[in-house]
Amino acid sequence: MLSMQNISKIYRTDVVQTHALRDFNLEVKEGEFVAVMGPSGSGKTTFLNIAGLLESFDHGTYMLDGEDVSHLDDDGRSRIRNERIGFIFQSFNLIPDLNVHDNVDVPLRYRGFKAPERERRIREALEVVGLASRMKHLPSQLSGGQQQRVAIARALAGEPRMLLADEPTGNLDSLMARQVLDLIEGINSKGTTIVMVTHDPELARRAHRSVHVLDGQVMDLKAVPDAPRRETTAKA
Amino acid sequence: MFAYYLRLALVDIRRNPVLSGLMVLAIAVGIGASMTTLTVLYLLSGDPLPGRSAKIFYPQVDPSPYTAPHIEPLDRMDYRSALDLWSAQQADRQTLVVDSLLKVRAPGVDQPPRMETMLSTTADFFPMFSVPFQYGGGWSAVDDVKHARVAVISADLNDRLFGGADSVGRTLTLRGSDVRVVGVLKPWRPSPLFYMVAGGRYASGDTADLYRPPENVMTPFSAGLEINDGNFQQFTCWHPPERPGHLEDSPCVWVSLWVELDTPAKVDAYRQFLAGYAAQQKSLGRFIHAENTRLRNLMQWLDFNGVVPSDVRLQNWLAFSFLLICLSNTVCLLLAKFLRRGGEIGLRRALGAPRRAIFSQCLVEAGLIGLLGGIGGWLLTLTGLWLIRQQQAAYADLVHLAVPMFLTTFALAVAASLLAGALPALRASRIDPALHLKTL
Repeated sequence: MLSMQNISKIYRTDVVQTHALRDFNLEVKEGEFVAVMGPSGSGKTTFLNIAGLLESFDHGTYMLDGEDVSHLDDDGRSRIRNERIGFIFQSFNLIPDLNVHDNVDVPLRYRGFKAPERERRIREALEVVGLASRMKHLPSQLSGGQQQRVAIARALAGEPRMLLADEPTGNLDSLMARQVLDLIEGINSKGTTIVMVTHDPELARRAHRSVHVLDGQVMDLKAVPDAPRRETTAKA
Repeated sequence: MFAYYLRLALVDIRRNPVLSGLMVLAIAVGIGASMTTLTVLYLLSGDPLPGRSAKIFYPQVDPSPYTAPHIEPLDRMDYRSALDLWSAQQADRQTLVVDSLLKVRAPGVDQPPRMETMLSTTADFFPMFSVPFQYGGGWSAVDDVKHARVAVISADLNDRLFGGADSVGRTLTLRGSDVRVVGVLKPWRPSPLFYMVAGGRYASGDTADLYRPPENVMTPFSAGLEINDGNFQQFTCWHPPERPGHLEDSPCVWVSLWVELDTPAKVDAYRQFLAGYAAQQKSLGRFIHAENTRLRNLMQWLDFNGVVPSDVRLQNWLAFSFLLICLSNTVCLLLAKFLRRGGEIGLRRALGAPRRAIFSQCLVEAGLIGLLGGIGGWLLTLTGLWLIRQQQAAYADLVHLAVPMFLTTFALAVAASLLAGALPALRASRIDPALHLKTL
């Protein structure tokens, strides 16, 4: 599903170069649920941005769903983000002036779907996250957990092949975090590949496997061929 | 997607009412100032005879005795030259015009005599210049020859003297001479009063008087000269006239001749005729500069005279400079507005919006602000035009917002705002989604 080979990313200013990723290698199989862990500044977010085609990189090859996406132009990257990738952010990233319905509608608008098709997808996605009755609510009228579920519905509505989650429970209390994680596991169980960046070892344990990133490199990569395995291994 | 962008634009305008209101105000004020002056310029620089002006010509000869060569002939003709050229009947139509002031009274009407403007002209004046009649009509060429005591009066004078009724057949007393009304004009307000335009180039841009209303009384040229003998004003003289106001035999120019020439061949023929006449007059010892003749069409003559007052042109430049300043402010405000939404734009980009979609969304918002600014600008334009109508300028009564200018108001507002929005929209579409996602 996702294959990164020798990816390097350098942030340059006039006086300093920062190697955010260096020779970064990662394979994620279709249907996997992978947790990416590492300390702050280790390169997790840069990896997630590159995986989501939000940032370019300097060297290496990135294959997504069998397609080399290393050198796509902006239109091509936008199209793939829209059609194949779903995003879940730590701070939910809902547009405050749009209601739940219209927030879920955002990616579908850029997909060019007709209104009936959009309505169907919005309704189904909100039913999955249990918020079909809150369509007209503004984000400010929802709890944090509900807002994150709206964000998940927004990611699901486009029926992506891969979900990228950046600390999806980072702003939630433990009860809500558990509900959100249950939801993500449920989505994964239906075949959607999930890559989740997290600091929390407890959350990482619920992934099929965990990957540790340090100084822009993958420190540990252990493939798990079969069903979900709730354990984490690390190599120094 | 346009409807979607429009809805998003409305949401954002509601979200930032102060900032949006400032932009609408900036555009409205700029558009209001520009459209007020542009409307005046449009009204003053338009074609007073649409569809016919290209066939109407203003012949000029040079009867002056000055030996130094003239760059241009004088703006009007001496009586003899004008009468010779008119009598020759070499054009499809031709008319003489001269104006004067005289005392007018309507026998049987309980009103004191009043000073009115009188145009002495010839029969072709009415069909040549498509003068509209409410009652009756013009006089005939025979009336010109016979010095007939007939008159055509303006709708305004007819309202004042006869309460707007059909006054054909009624009598007017012009400076003691009775004339019979044969026609009453419909309200007619050519802009400028083109057939009396002369001397504009000597006016240093102060040409507002060329937009005065038409004369209230029109009489046959021959009869008018008799009735108001001694009360005519020369354009210029090279010697003082023996009897001021009696100009037929004076060394003065004071009469205008207009001709209608329907085809280019006729224009060429008339040009030759004019040159031939001047050469003949030179051989008779009356002209010195026989080669100094001109035949400009109506619009060329108006341009030559610089009929649009220079202050109107200046105001127009100032107003558009002001609009430019308003637009610069709008560019900055739009830029601030769009970039403040960097988080939302970054999110939309992350969710698959291509750059052109963000650009279009921002541009639709700029266009909507422009449209709202256009409505404000339209109201301010109406206010500005009302203020101009309260001024003493000769053209003040002409000032109104015509349909083309009404539409131009909105077109200009939207175009200006799209122009102002292009750069901010481009900047917004280039926002790095990864950098701005966390700012939502």
